[in-house]
Amino acid sequence: MRRLVEGSEAIAEAAITAGCRFFAGYPMTPFTEVLEHFAAKLPGAGGVCVNAESELEAIGMTWGALATGARAATGSTGQGLALMQESLSEITRAELPLVVFHMARGQSDYFQATRGGGHGDYRHVVLAPIDVHEAVTLTQLAFDLADRWRNPVQIHGDFLLAHTAEAVDIEPLAFDPLPPKDWAVDGSLGGTGRSRNINPIGMTKGAKGIDPDAFWKRLQAKHDQIEAQEPRAETLFTEDAELVVVAFGSLARFARYAVRELRGEGLRVGYVRPITLWPFPADAVARAAEGARRVAVLEQNAGQMIDDVRLAVLGRAPVVPIGGISSDEAGFGIGPLLDPDEVRSRITRALEGREGSP
Amino acid sequence: MTRRPPALSTDAPPEEPARRMGRIKPALLLHEDHDLCPGCGEPLAMRILLEVIEELGQSQNAIGVVGIGCYTAFTSTMDVDLVQALHGRAPSVATGAKRMRPESLIFTLQGDGDMVSEGLQEVIHTAARGEAVTCVLLNNGVFGETGGHMTATTVLGQRTKNSLDGRDAAYHGHPILIGDLLAQLGGTGYAARGSVHDAAGVVKTKNLVRRAFESQLQGRGFSFVEILTMCPTGWFVPTADGPGYLDRVLGAVHATGELRNGDRLTTTAELVASALPETGEETPR
Ligand code: SF4
Repeated sequence: MRRLVEGSEAIAEAAITAGCRFFAGYPMTPFTEVLEHFAAKLPGAGGVCVNAESELEAIGMTWGALATGARAATGSTGQGLALMQESLSEITRAELPLVVFHMARGQSDYFQATRGGGHGDYRHVVLAPIDVHEAVTLTQLAFDLADRWRNPVQIHGDFLLAHTAEAVDIEPLAFDPLPPKDWAVDGSLGGTGRSRNINPIGMTKGAKGIDPDAFWKRLQAKHDQIEAQEPRAETLFTEDAELVVVAFGSLARFARYAVRELRGEGLRVGYVRPITLWPFPADAVARAAEGARRVAVLEQNAGQMIDDVRLAVLGRAPVVPIGGISSDEAGFGIGPLLDPDEVRSRITRALEGREGSP
Repeated sequence: MTRRPPALSTDAPPEEPARRMGRIKPALLLHEDHDLCPGCGEPLAMRILLEVIEELGQSQNAIGVVGIGCYTAFTSTMDVDLVQALHGRAPSVATGAKRMRPESLIFTLQGDGDMVSEGLQEVIHTAARGEAVTCVLLNNGVFGETGGHMTATTVLGQRTKNSLDGRDAAYHGHPILIGDLLAQLGGTGYAARGSVHDAAGVVKTKNLVRRAFESQLQGRGFSFVEILTMCPTGWFVPTADGPGYLDRVLGAVHATGELRNGDRLTTTAELVASALPETGEETPR
């Protein structure tokens, strides 16, 4: 049934619909309401939401819940996730299917989300919904991908996503069957010689030290596979586009609107939106850029995703920034850039090759 | 004047390197070999822990969350379902596991650097929340694995690699009596401190571990056992002097006994006082 639901509530409901039974979090704007909705809804669904004493505890508790085989999640905003980075990288190496809800302040945490701030080699799948409707789908997909790859998946949203109410249907989506979680600890194998060890440093039962080959190469091979199989993008009007606009998340909604308008007026602009920030849909961006005179990157930061766009385009066309840092007085990321006329005029200027000028 | 029975004689160095867990291997250990130093107290604590799990009939119901320290090497040989946690973070991981599996016996295994230095807030909040998990602390007053550095439980005057002239209160601050801190919190059902520096201590400590696990199984909130263990390597004393050094130096500050059992609350100061003779004599200084 279609209902008017705020993004944060829709995300919590979609997660519970996907079978999430554990959540731990620490309040921080603009993520706070996600925690509130989990706290309100999980007990009724037979789950648990713990009000953690810091982000460090939140990620640790989620780690423990995941180890028992439960679907579990945590979240925060960029600052809180910065505190969690040590655990985020270790959980990846422990191959636990974590889901993280990142409600960022603007888009300045693109590097944090896609590169990570933790130690060692690791990767997280990062899904960036454009609106509440897509957030409902991607949240359910996140739990499926996390279990399928035994790898953390992040839902990368922002203030606007968390606080915009949209009419959505929150129905369970069907996914292919998953392998059983025979790795999860339940204590049952103690004393049998086959007890489990959910281990992020590569130690296994019965063996001394770690086997670097088995441990690191297997993880790298898995991340290579994810990189090949999971990129997702939305593409519009790129076949004959002179200018291709690349944008993600909430800001892409403004870009898509402006590009559609300009197309309606006969201007040859196209649009490509990475839905997965990692793995970055480099092929889709490269294809979109073929034949274009220039590629314009609209992002609400000092220039982060543009690195990935340049690596994808590989010099086939000039790649120019048309976004920038844009904040409100509270610092939560609702800046003047989030305006259809402003976005439209930046795209028009880029089409005319005047993207640097006012 | 001794406050407790003297340590068993350890004057002579062992005839062969102490590379084995003793002659009786606990059933929950895959094999006897270990790589810890001769004279280390941690293998003794491991044996106590694994024997109690088995004796309580919890072998197929226990989940351990292990921190980072020398004892971490035992994750290869402990035949118990385990989750390896980060340094300091085991109590939160145990919390998440317990909330999803309330019927399981969930314990953490941490050192003093792990629990009291790096992860102090984790264990305090876990106790205050009354999580029905048992946190086991192996306390030797140093970071043994890095080679003998000062931790939050290092006692005043104790020499470590980064307090070469001994821990000085004015310069390095005071040690934390973690058991006392945790015993006072409303969520704590059981807290105790034992020592493995002599045979009597091993037997007593085993009882404390058993009571802590029973407390968890009875749903009496958070439980905690601190086990003082020898670290001759990190203390820079001959192997044979480890038990005596533990008794004289660490044991004099971190006194052993029950700190909380249900509503009965004791402090380390009271434990020390009760160990002193009852006559009107002056306390020896
Ligand atoms: S360094 Fe200390 S704690 Fe570590 S194995 Fe050696 S004696 Fe034991």
